[in-house]
Amino acid sequence: MNSLRIALRVLLRKKVRSLLTMGGVAIAVAVLVSLLAFDAGYQDGLRTDIDRMGYQVLVTAKGCPYEAATLMMKGGGGLSYMEDEVYRQIVGDERIQEIAPQLMATVFDSASGAGGGAITLYVGIDEAYFRLKPWLAFRSGGWFSSDDADEVIMGYEAAELEQRSIGDQVYIPSADRVLTVVGILERTGTQDDGVSFMPLRRVQEDFGLPGKMSGIGIRLKDIGQMSAFEEDLYDVPSIQVVSMAQVKGTILNLMSSARVLASSIATVAVIVAVIGVMNTILVSVFERTRQIGVMKAMGASRFDVFRIVWTETALISLFGGALGVVLALAGGRLVEHAVRSLLPYAPTGRLVAVSPHLVAAAMAGAVVTGLVAGIYPAWRASSMKPVEAIRSAE
Amino acid sequence: MTDTRQAVVSARGLTKAYRLPAEVILAVNGVDLDIHEGEFVSLMGPSGSGKTTLLDLVGCLDSVSSGTLTVLGADVSRAREDELVAVRRGRIGFVFQEFLLLPELTALENVQLPAAFARAPISRAAALEFLDRVGLAERANHLPKQLSGGERQRVAIARALTTSGRLLLADEPTGNLDSRNSQLVFETFRRLNREDGLTVVVATHDEECGLMAGRCVRLRDGRVVA
Repeated sequence: MNSLRIALRVLLRKKVRSLLTMGGVAIAVAVLVSLLAFDAGYQDGLRTDIDRMGYQVLVTAKGCPYEAATLMMKGGGGLSYMEDEVYRQIVGDERIQEIAPQLMATVFDSASGAGGGAITLYVGIDEAYFRLKPWLAFRSGGWFSSDDADEVIMGYEAAELEQRSIGDQVYIPSADRVLTVVGILERTGTQDDGVSFMPLRRVQEDFGLPGKMSGIGIRLKDIGQMSAFEEDLYDVPSIQVVSMAQVKGTILNLMSSARVLASSIATVAVIVAVIGVMNTILVSVFERTRQIGVMKAMGASRFDVFRIVWTETALISLFGGALGVVLALAGGRLVEHAVRSLLPYAPTGRLVAVSPHLVAAAMAGAVVTGLVAGIYPAWRASSMKPVEAIRSAE
Repeated sequence: MTDTRQAVVSARGLTKAYRLPAEVILAVNGVDLDIHEGEFVSLMGPSGSGKTTLLDLVGCLDSVSSGTLTVLGADVSRAREDELVAVRRGRIGFVFQEFLLLPELTALENVQLPAAFARAPISRAAALEFLDRVGLAERANHLPKQLSGGERQRVAIARALTTSGRLLLADEPTGNLDSRNSQLVFETFRRLNREDGLTVVVATHDEECGLMAGRCVRLRDGRVVA
């Protein structure tokens, strides 16, 4: 007959009360785990998205640089355009390893989509785009036949969505032009999967944007030259330079406000859970005053009684913590869906990353917090004088 | 005639005082008492006579206010809480009026509990033997709520037996039992005393039962009167 068995029986005897208390712990742990998993997942996703853009510096027309960067990451229209003269000015810089001009245009096709039409994102590129993103590979087909061909290379999802294969004809209503599918890309897990690529000159002509570009992606030979490079570009009129590290920092800063709010809620949930555990165990101790007195009369030391009561809190916290982790894992998809629908930009991939380390830390945290909550009730129980406890209800 | 047997309990001028704001209550007042090994003693007296308090002192459940008290060879007159625990643990068994079994444990587990606290756990077979001695071996796996009042008290006696190598104390053990079960419980005490040589001290106000003991110690207002 050990403390664990006694504590387990005590909890099982008051099933509803024990379950409710565990529920409180579970909710607190689930909120905490979800929050930390979201934080880790979001940062990982953002880092991956930025790394997968392939460039460290983005040059765009003047405007909000972060909006421009976000739009380029997310894919979308409404960008300002700059003259391709800027490209010619920069391209010769010896510090540059790769430089890829891009021109984005969106097309609404009422015949596409599930009856209501769909927006297709076309991006004008040249060969440098593939050198910037060496992981881009053709699933079928290949590169454009010339730099002004009426051809399109489709991202994996764009092709899947429209059920396209090599040789298919794609009609662009606004440009009244028919393009031939010459390549379909492998899945990359990035925004490129949903994009249709055209030769840069073709987009400039077909969408009425001659000599325009929406962005220039640049990778430097030496990342240490970033500051000097940015400094030099400040002299070029009508453009702005934004490093992707800045973009990442800014997005994370924007997220931090939401994180503070969520952390506050999680803290309140933890405090409520701690008070709940303390209250439950304290009530249980008071209800069992005479039994505790008898245990002491039978020879239980203060430590024996303390250990039994403390084991009860540990069990509640352990099972509550485990339930909380299960809830967080089960609710991860829900949180992800909610976040994606609420935020203007969310990285690709899993947003809620529950790692084994996080699970272990959450369980350990729950048990330690529970044990802290159990100190007072256990101390009260162990401090009872046997005679007073036994005679307490007489 | 002087009893030559070894004194299990020896009290001289034993006093227990409770200090209230307006007065001091002497629950036990200058008691001289010797209880020898193998005796079956009943402490009798009306409510408030001090028999329960005297039993608590003898059982090392409470501290002595003044006088001297030796229990199982240990002077506990000025013992601290942990020293009292050391004296009673594994050596003194208690039976209470309201049984006070742990409701979440079976009869067998209740019997095993004191030995576990004494860091000398007993096996299931040994615990069953204790239950058998009170005629309840077949109820070993029942929870207290599944037992009658008389059966619960007999489980409490079996539990007390596991640690009462020498001394078993019972406080109004028949207070919640009908006359048939009361008789059964006292007969159990008498059998354990006669057959096993166990020293039994019972506080009771039940004259009929109290007289079944080998010696009656009568108390009134905290003093031994007979």
